[in-house]
Amino acid sequence: MNALASRRRHPAAIALLLLLGLFVTGGAYAALAPKPAVAAEASSDQIQQGKQLFLQNCATCHGIGALGTDEGPSLAGVGAAAVDFQMGTGRMPMAGPGIQAPRNVPSFDAEKIAAIGAYIQSLAPGPAVPDAKYTSGEGGDPGKGGMIFRTNCSMCHNSAGAGGALTRGKYAPSLHNVDAKYIYEAMLTGPQSMPVFNDMNLSPEAKADVIAYLKTMHEEGNPGGMALGSLGPVSEGLVAWIFGLGILIGAAYWLGQKGA
Amino acid sequence: MSTADPIDSGRAADRLRAGDSRRPAPASGGSKALGGVAGWVDDRLGPAKGVNYLMKKVFPDHWSFMLGEIAMYSMIICLLTGTFLTFWFVPSAGHTTYDGSYIPLQGVQMSEAYASSLDISFDIKGGLLIRQMHHWAALMFIVALSAHMLRVFFTGAFRKPRELNWIIGCILSMLALVEGFAGYSLPDDLLSGTGLRAAQGFILSAPVIGSYMAYGLFGGDFPGEAIIPRLYGVHILLLPAILIGLFTAHIVMVAVQKHTQYPGPGRTNDNVVGFPVMPVYAAKAGGFFFIVFGFTALLAAFVQINSIWVYGPYDPSAVTAGSQPDWYMGFADGALRLLPGWLEFNIFGHPLSLNVAIGALFLIPIMYGAMAAYPFIEAWVTGDKREHHLLDRPRNQPTRTALGVAALTFYGVLMFAAGNDLMAIKLHMSINDITYFFRAGVFILPVLAFWVTRRICLSLQRSDRNMVLHGRESGRIVRTAEGKFFEAHEPLDEYTRWKLVGYERQAPLELTGGVDAHGVADRSSRGAKLRARLSQFYFGTHVDPVTPTELAAAHHDGHAHEAIEAAGESTHAGSH
Repeated sequence: MNALASRRRHPAAIALLLLLGLFVTGGAYAALAPKPAVAAEASSDQIQQGKQLFLQNCATCHGIGALGTDEGPSLAGVGAAAVDFQMGTGRMPMAGPGIQAPRNVPSFDAEKIAAIGAYIQSLAPGPAVPDAKYTSGEGGDPGKGGMIFRTNCSMCHNSAGAGGALTRGKYAPSLHNVDAKYIYEAMLTGPQSMPVFNDMNLSPEAKADVIAYLKTMHEEGNPGGMALGSLGPVSEGLVAWIFGLGILIGAAYWLGQKGA
Repeated sequence: MSTADPIDSGRAADRLRAGDSRRPAPASGGSKALGGVAGWVDDRLGPAKGVNYLMKKVFPDHWSFMLGEIAMYSMIICLLTGTFLTFWFVPSAGHTTYDGSYIPLQGVQMSEAYASSLDISFDIKGGLLIRQMHHWAALMFIVALSAHMLRVFFTGAFRKPRELNWIIGCILSMLALVEGFAGYSLPDDLLSGTGLRAAQGFILSAPVIGSYMAYGLFGGDFPGEAIIPRLYGVHILLLPAILIGLFTAHIVMVAVQKHTQYPGPGRTNDNVVGFPVMPVYAAKAGGFFFIVFGFTALLAAFVQINSIWVYGPYDPSAVTAGSQPDWYMGFADGALRLLPGWLEFNIFGHPLSLNVAIGALFLIPIMYGAMAAYPFIEAWVTGDKREHHLLDRPRNQPTRTALGVAALTFYGVLMFAAGNDLMAIKLHMSINDITYFFRAGVFILPVLAFWVTRRICLSLQRSDRNMVLHGRESGRIVRTAEGKFFEAHEPLDEYTRWKLVGYERQAPLELTGGVDAHGVADRSSRGAKLRARLSQFYFGTHVDPVTPTELAAAHHDGHAHEAIEAAGESTHAGSH
């Protein structure tokens, strides 16, 4: 200890201390700082395959380096989750130009989508395909999820998840029969007109709650009978006018035809 | 047709019935069985005379006269099911935590009103069915009531002496809207809370007094604790009492003034042709009640309405896409969606929100005011002070019918505009374009509808004339000895013809002068001029019914058609 103390004025001491400080700070930061989600290590083969697929199917609009053109946005930093959502729900590649890419039958199988995702992820890091333990909704609290849903989602997607209109032909699509994984990815990446709900403002647990809410709500079904598209008073009014009045006038006509 | 018989001097329809044997008054079978009890009651209260009068009352039979009945029965269903709902509904904004059997809401904080509505839906036996019956019956009440009003309007049943009953009907209809809205707001779900928030905004938009009214009604700022118990009192006590009172007056007036009837052989302005209440009409009406009740129960059993559990509890920070009121408030909501934002002005630091007030506060009173005033306006324009017990066929009043269709189109545009967001997603269109279309349509479409309807009415009248003069096209081609071909026309029988000729000739009023004997402008002539102009608007173009002379001429000489047709439609030029 004495030996160390006696060398404290050694010319190299400051340099050594600085090195030590930097090492500790850097190490602590690396250990404690929030880590961006990173996809499972992709093999270079997979990235190469993804690049090939990208050049064949996506580059027309998104550009050869995926940095975007006038026809489509840059994909740098959107992450594998965005690729999985857009291609897994058949929205991409887009069948034709339009205000918004509609849900469609997927054109690629899971393996190819994963390859393209790995390629996009390799360009610049972004949100990875989420862990299955959150996307299943298992263990989520539907009550809490309902509150989150009504505060953040129902103004566009409707409280039943039936979808709703946005400006100029854009729309929030229906959430019926959508895989929980895609709901999670949509929250994570904010596709098209949707805002991003990243892990900072809606934790993975909260996202699982929302998925649990949607799941239990759809499992409960419609105890009152036909739901009329879950569109509320407009379709109910149409039924009242067309079927209600129509059938009762038919009955009145039948009674009127009956003689004494 | 009340004055002259268009066919010949004797009343043809009366002649037709001359040989009929008179129907004996229906023997009241029930009175024998119940004679003892009835006699006992009659000795003490003496109702026999009145009941006898009512039982023998004759009502004409036509399906369109039963629209009002559908409304009446739906109201009764609402009263019955509503009473059931009051046993469990808790009209309170007090906080509670849900622990009922609907899993997605377990553990959620909510008001007692919402929690009790959920309990009615999920934990009370038959509760959901009764709740859905209540809501469907409420929708059907206003649907049937509106259809009934349209029938009364288009057939001219509002004319003297029934103007007062028309006004009562208008008030009933308007109060039904308020009653419906109050009920829709009670469960305190996200949709109804949004509706209440909108209503509070409407009240706030009233110039000067808006904020005082809103604070008074809600007992403070929105939402507060007071509004649900207050609306509950209005919904289950105040408005039902007024509705039932007015409705009773409505029915009594129908009985006193007698029901109108469609024109037809043997039907005049001085009689009513139909069945007596007992037994025929009572059986039909009673049966119809059960049909309406059964149908409402079926609808409630199979079609879900107002799924409050999906909307979730009300929270002022949340809202759902596709927030619409029930259909009968749709026109006001549509007006709000169409009104442009630049109608909000700032006057010395005080906002004047005409973008809200026009649709939310002024529209309903203006609409109902115009409806209530219409019988008087028409009577003034036509100068017709006679009583009318025979109904018009809508085509025989082209201008009234066209005005009605124009008003209906205006209403329809507003109502459909309330669903602009749903149209946008279901038809894959832009909500902006739909809104622009409706904004223009609310001005253009009624005018177009007026013009098209009047032309259709006039064409139908002309087709009626043609049918009377030339008969029905038989499809039989005849070749004459000279080799000419023509299609044989079969003359109409008297019953059918009566319907086509039995209406009054209409002509615009002529101005009598406008100046007095000394050539000085008459003071009263300004009103007279307006009246003459309006009369010209109403009857300037008209198709006259076939007169007996014309009919005789047509039968006598088949070649005289053209001349007669030319005289058929005449357009009166200016009145001088």
